[in-house]
Amino acid sequence: MAANGKYELKLGAATREAFGKALVELGKENPNVVVCDADLSKSTYTHWFGQEFPDRFFSCGIAESNMVSIGAGMSASGKIAFVASFAAFVMNKGFEQLRVTVAYPRVNLKVVGTHSGISIGEDGPSQMSVEDIGLACSLAGFTVICPSDEVSTFALVKAAAYFDGPVFIRVGRVKVASIYQPGHTFEIGKSIQLTDGNDVTIISHGLMVAEALKAVDVLAAEGIAARVIDMHTVKPIDRDAITKAAKDTGAIAVVEEHFVETGLGVRVAQVVAETHPCIMEFHGVGDCYAESGTPEQVLEKYHMNAAAVVETARRAVRRKSK
Amino acid sequence: MKKTSNVPELQEICRTVRRHIVTMITEAKSGHPGGSLSAVEILTTLFFDVLRHDPANPTWPERDRFILSKGHAAPVLYSVMAECGYTPIETLNTLRTIGSIYQGHPDRRYIPALEASTGSLGVGLSLGLGMAEAARLDKSPTRVFVVLGDGEIQEGQIWESAMYGAFHKLDNIVAILDYNRIQLDGWVKDIMELEPLADKWRAFGWHVIEVDGHDVAKLQGAFADAASTKGKPTILMAHTIKGKGVSFMENNPKFHGMAPTKEELAMALKEIG
Repeated sequence: MAANGKYELKLGAATREAFGKALVELGKENPNVVVCDADLSKSTYTHWFGQEFPDRFFSCGIAESNMVSIGAGMSASGKIAFVASFAAFVMNKGFEQLRVTVAYPRVNLKVVGTHSGISIGEDGPSQMSVEDIGLACSLAGFTVICPSDEVSTFALVKAAAYFDGPVFIRVGRVKVASIYQPGHTFEIGKSIQLTDGNDVTIISHGLMVAEALKAVDVLAAEGIAARVIDMHTVKPIDRDAITKAAKDTGAIAVVEEHFVETGLGVRVAQVVAETHPCIMEFHGVGDCYAESGTPEQVLEKYHMNAAAVVETARRAVRRKSK
Repeated sequence: MKKTSNVPELQEICRTVRRHIVTMITEAKSGHPGGSLSAVEILTTLFFDVLRHDPANPTWPERDRFILSKGHAAPVLYSVMAECGYTPIETLNTLRTIGSIYQGHPDRRYIPALEASTGSLGVGLSLGLGMAEAARLDKSPTRVFVVLGDGEIQEGQIWESAMYGAFHKLDNIVAILDYNRIQLDGWVKDIMELEPLADKWRAFGWHVIEVDGHDVAKLQGAFADAASTKGKPTILMAHTIKGKGVSFMENNPKFHGMAPTKEELAMALKEIG
């Protein structure tokens, strides 16, 4: 239980699994949906789509650049095309192709990066994507989404499929806590306020949203009422919710499983600076590369947990009261 | 537009296209004449004879697709598309100026009839493969034609796409290599040699046709050969001359990316006739 008993936070499926399930449902309801993968289909869960719809599943081999542009060509011919790989590979090896064959001509391609952040664990830094949100946000016209749990991932993948324009969706390897009940509605670009509170706002996405909810209870025991916002869409960002949080709480802590200098935090800060300057604190992956270990060990060692969220929020509150 | 298979008529269109190319690049004071002139017969034969397309209906779903992967040769594409009626001939000389639809490299935002925005080398064949896959899935008669530069195929992505096309048995795509043997810094053989090139494409599983890229009749034959080749993709290795049609530009690396002067333009137009 967390956040005053409101959220059970039981362990649910990994967001990559929810992505795989959403693809299958999309395949059933729309014959125009096609999927490309680069020899990681059993890890990205696109193989479920491949088993159901072999004629609409395209194995590109270990060649992410080619895969991105093939997907772009399919999209340009009217398909709803998804390309998927580990976030580290599709974004870094495919970035030039995302820029010139997807973003610049504004092709309707859906790009999904799995195994994002440091929570991939044992595989280590070569596979850990801590730059993907920053890279995706630097592609003009892209919509960038990082869902926090199974239910929101399923819904947002489906929403992305029917959204007109290029989209990047970031999902993770490990099982994550369930936050939303089935049937909850999600809108691209519209954040979700999960708890009420006027002392500080914690803004997050991905697996850190559950950690923020756990942190709320610790902070409450100290007399700090924290508002938690799930900013599942990083671009275009929900300016209204950020401005309201700045006005209502006067202090914002942003926590993310991403390189802190190019992720969600800097984007929230831009909105705050432009609309209602207030105290801000940031927490993410520092200016370093992590290391191998179990996901739990790596998350603990690199401070991607509720304790770090609590500390970040406390810093913000302390500065506000000075 | 009036399509034709008549060789002298196609050759006459080639002369017109060459005049447009040298004139518009001179007016722009920048651009790439050499690799535009080397591809004139290839693009003219495609657009006026081979391609199934309709300038009056550019979004026709079953049209053939054309991608100029070597996007710096934009002047030849603009000239041919204007002659087909897609875009105005009278504004070709606005090439590379602010607000012009004739951007420095082909840009779909300005000319929606373009199938791709190109300019960064190496991506066009992959895009074409995606279009070819979509056509096969839709059981469409669409065929896809992608013009590559020789320097361009030094890019690794080209060989990723070469593997893909053969492995997936896409016989509705044709790559055309404008093999003029010169790239920006000099001769291809001195920068990063490609030979034995036909062997490489054959080893990658492609049907290779070597053809004189300035002989319209032979190009027509090669495209017919490609159309009848089943179960594998085809590449036309079109042997061409960089700067073809203007003696002082021919085989001259200087004119890869340099505009002619007004005096050179006058000489060029006289030679083209």
